[in-house]
Amino acid sequence: MDIPMHDFTPIRALVGGVLIAASLALMLIGTGRIAGLSGIFAGILRGKAGDTAWRVWFVVGMLAAGLLFRVVEPQVFDHEARVPLWAIALSGALVGIGTRASNGCTSGHGLCGMSRPSKRSIVATMVFFGVGVVTATLVGHLVRGV
Amino acid sequence: MNRATIPVISGVLFGAGVCVSGMVRPSKVLGFLDLGGSWDATLVFVMASALVLHALAWRLVKKLTGPRFGTAFPPPASSKIEAKLVAGAALFGVGWGISGYCPGPAVVSVLSGSTASFVFVATMLAGMLAFDRTNADG
Repeated sequence: MDIPMHDFTPIRALVGGVLIAASLALMLIGTGRIAGLSGIFAGILRGKAGDTAWRVWFVVGMLAAGLLFRVVEPQVFDHEARVPLWAIALSGALVGIGTRASNGCTSGHGLCGMSRPSKRSIVATMVFFGVGVVTATLVGHLVRGV
Repeated sequence: MNRATIPVISGVLFGAGVCVSGMVRPSKVLGFLDLGGSWDATLVFVMASALVLHALAWRLVKKLTGPRFGTAFPPPASSKIEAKLVAGAALFGVGWGISGYCPGPAVVSVLSGSTASFVFVATMLAGMLAFDRTNADG
């Protein structure tokens, strides 16, 4: 089936949340690092000696998990986006610039920072969730032609 | 223990977590963010379970002297709220709301065969590079 499921899946959500937290907690307790994903990628681009290898290994693990799911449960992925590719490209650029300017994304601010709790992360998370809801709702009206 | 061991295991756990939870799928993220569609609360459940558990991890960090395989725990969080933080989070929110992709899940789906995730990751990395090159303190 190519139709994306929008069904509410609470059990999978809770189990997935536990796995994500286990990932971040293992990095924090084991190595003392806050594993925010935008920060990990930006660090690879920076390529500072002695601070790059662990980031690359983390990404290798992520990609391996993605490949595994492609084989065992390919339906976890979307194969069609609701907006055209130019809008996806614009979205990527905004996310890249925005997460560098605010120094974090859903994982770094939304999970690592909020649970600490860090005031900066709480503010950032409220802003990107608020703006995200407004944007997605507006774009949703456009794509549905309402 | 090899220096790669913990990061690789953490990466696999993260990838599996976003796949199992549904967060690897932008349509599910947009199902939460888009109030005009058929609303889907999945994202809240993912965030809530991860937040509760990770808050416990931070409490454990306070009781330990240092990480077993690292030099030190992170310094106390800064509480400075600058315009850059808010403006950056707002730009991120616009981008996230357009596609439903955020950095982690997008990279996990790059090898899934989805063209959109590939395009997203390419322009995201370009955006990061452009910002960091023009902001020496970033």
